[in-house]
Amino acid sequence: MRVPLLQLEGLTKAYPGVVANDDVSFDIGEGQMHALLGENGAGKSTLVKMIYGLVKPDKGQMTLRGQPFAPAQPSQARRNGVAMVFQHFSLFDALDVAENVALGMENPPPLRDLARRIRDVSEEYGLPLDPARWVGELSAGERQRVEIVRCLLQDPKLLIMDEPTSVLTPQEVDILFLTLRKLSAEGTAILYISHKLEEIRALCDEATILRGGRKVATCDPRERTARELAELMVGQLLTPPERPAKPKGDIVLEVDNLSLASNNPFGTSLKNISFSLRKGEVLGIAGVAGNGQDELLLMLSGELPAPSAQVKLKGQPVGHLGPNGRRARGLVAAPEERLGHAAAPDMSLTENALLSASRRKGLAWQGFIDWRKSDAFARDIIARFDVRTPGPHVLARALSGGNLQKFVIGREIELDPDVIIVNQPTWGVDAAAASTIRQALLDLAGKGAGVLVISQDLDELLEISDSFAALNEGRLSDTRPAKGLSVEDIGLMMGGAGDMHVAHEASA
Amino acid sequence: MIRLEKRKEPSKFWRIANPFLAVALTMVAGAVMFAMLGKDPLVAIRLIFFDPIFSETFGSYSRPQLLIKSAPLILIAVGLAIGFKANIWNIGAEGQYIMGALFGAGVALAFFPAPGWYIFPLMVLAGAFGGFLWAMIPAILKTRFNTNEILVSLLLVYVAEKILAAMALGLMRNPDIAGFPGSRDLRRYDAAHNAELFANTGVHWGVVAALIAVIFAYVMMTRHMLGFHVKLAGQAPRAARFAGVAPARLVIVCLGISGALAGLAGMFEVSGPGGQVRIEFATGYGFTAIIVAFLGRLNPLGIVLAGLLLGLTYIGGELGQMMLQLPGAAIQVFQGMLLFFLLALDFQTNYRLRLTRGARA
Repeated sequence: MRVPLLQLEGLTKAYPGVVANDDVSFDIGEGQMHALLGENGAGKSTLVKMIYGLVKPDKGQMTLRGQPFAPAQPSQARRNGVAMVFQHFSLFDALDVAENVALGMENPPPLRDLARRIRDVSEEYGLPLDPARWVGELSAGERQRVEIVRCLLQDPKLLIMDEPTSVLTPQEVDILFLTLRKLSAEGTAILYISHKLEEIRALCDEATILRGGRKVATCDPRERTARELAELMVGQLLTPPERPAKPKGDIVLEVDNLSLASNNPFGTSLKNISFSLRKGEVLGIAGVAGNGQDELLLMLSGELPAPSAQVKLKGQPVGHLGPNGRRARGLVAAPEERLGHAAAPDMSLTENALLSASRRKGLAWQGFIDWRKSDAFARDIIARFDVRTPGPHVLARALSGGNLQKFVIGREIELDPDVIIVNQPTWGVDAAAASTIRQALLDLAGKGAGVLVISQDLDELLEISDSFAALNEGRLSDTRPAKGLSVEDIGLMMGGAGDMHVAHEASA
Repeated sequence: MIRLEKRKEPSKFWRIANPFLAVALTMVAGAVMFAMLGKDPLVAIRLIFFDPIFSETFGSYSRPQLLIKSAPLILIAVGLAIGFKANIWNIGAEGQYIMGALFGAGVALAFFPAPGWYIFPLMVLAGAFGGFLWAMIPAILKTRFNTNEILVSLLLVYVAEKILAAMALGLMRNPDIAGFPGSRDLRRYDAAHNAELFANTGVHWGVVAALIAVIFAYVMMTRHMLGFHVKLAGQAPRAARFAGVAPARLVIVCLGISGALAGLAGMFEVSGPGGQVRIEFATGYGFTAIIVAFLGRLNPLGIVLAGLLLGLTYIGGELGQMMLQLPGAAIQVFQGMLLFFLLALDFQTNYRLRLTRGARA
């Protein structure tokens, strides 16, 4: 038994209307790989924010190596050897790696020394990184390295990692795990937040599971099955989605050798994209974030105009049409970003129902809005997709991520499309809502629509796709049947570890 | 120590209350200013805000003036507010107002002295077109070259003022009176005169136009897809593109509407209360309308109230100059303070002040 490094005792934090953490206690040993498991909204983020000094607990205490530990702000936590890598990177695209690292440090050394130290530390831990490169040019995996190296330079005793693998290819995940194991062997404890069970079973030696703000169990994840862990996490039995067998129909959507520049200076241009989608088919497109997913969605939804003949909908050229022109012909889309793209945050659900549905649902006549019909349509979506909200008058931003996602996807499905394009349908959505959304997409395909799902969640894609392709630096791989593909195959289709060479040969 | 905390939702209460509070604070600060100028603050405030309407001595003159001053403010502000909602900032309404006046007066002077019922309607169209055209310059530069419409529209005000002066001294100068700048008096040309419609009310065609514009804007913003798209583009530009809004077209539409309405206001002014094309024709309605739009919360009905209030300050300011020898600039200071206080107060719509103890965060 190792010496406990950090002890949490009865931590409680309440926000108006919700208790985020209720009497949570557990220990993290020195050098231990401790998993923090739970669904979205289970209270994982609040808990680590308390440890990192971003949030002050209402009740309870922490002790670090036997000393009372109550950081008032992150800098104090960092001085005590607690470091954190956030899920969303806080990096500046227009600065280079060393400058970005310096910005996150308390007392950064001169940039030249810092660059040397970055090189040393990153080589030592198998995370090669060129301090002079612009962050805007880095892949998501490399950006994460910047964040990790920034933490390592401060010589942490406890490293908190929030969903670190959601942006990595399977091969990149392997590299990360080697690094984490090396750190752990040197005595650095790691608090690893995730909802990916297999990962945790492979990596961690203890797991604390949160549900609804309370601790439901602390156990050794290697001794439990993924299913047991999932049921502890969700608190109910999960049913995998059903998919009716159906014959494939005619081609409904076809893209032919299309190249398109991104509308964003740090975006990824699409290069020679070709694929076709049949009636009733679910085509899954995998890829690490930032490899052209946004651009692919914009190009297909009509927000980024394309050469007319290279995008064909039911045989008709539609590349020149905008979103409404394509909607009128039966193609709808649900972008990844719910707030601000798929929905307007400060508008009501009624207004957001109108946003994409005005034509197909006849919610406006000669441009004049039928608010009663829009309201009824919003109520329909809320009822059919079990959106938890007091009513359609509520602002979109007041909904939780999962509920808003159900609303947005529900809205597009209700339009009864021939083709639906979805980017990251269940990102940040709890397991119950995710399975509702997946089932709804499968049902739509069962009714004969072509469904194209862009996602970074490989398990999700393998669960619902008939065929499978991967995006890598704006290029789309050949489409292959999803049946029989292994995670390794997919990783290679996604570009493997790409430029990120492994520096673990010595240790591995 | 005081800390600012972002509110979860903008406060509805402060959104409505702030304009009233800003007016009250402006009165207080104005009173201080008048006291420093050696005037009795209470008398001055009463003279500016109450006497124009309620005084028996001035009322009969200044009550009709209220509509005459407010109508162009409301007409211009309604158009500006539509653009502001979409985050399209037309700051150059003053220039569009001048160009509308010049186009309208140009039509009248071209027909002079012919009679004809069609002359005035033609002037209305020409006025709207003049303002529209002047607003298309920043619009097209923005959509083609991504220039900033705030700067371009503002700078074009000064260009328009130069053109106004050139017209008053040259092409449009009254040929019958040698040596004086300024055009013929359109009030003496029946076919072109924007006359009072009801005696002693101040109601002229510009007031009617303002009323129609308010109703149209209200219906558009609450019932029509165009208004919905305007709001969407202002709040969530990416969602607007997803909804099929073409940003360039929206820039043209918003600047076009506000330019045309400002042009109309200029035309009604030059053919009515203003009377002729003069160097000093433009008195800042286009700029004051920006304050009106904000004070009215970019809402057509709020703009009516705000327009009446700012119209009142124009008349009250004139009274103050006459009766108390207040400096003419005092009224601009007043209007400026109004916007200043409103913007400052609006901070608390989105943030709340928190008193905290302890060290800095």
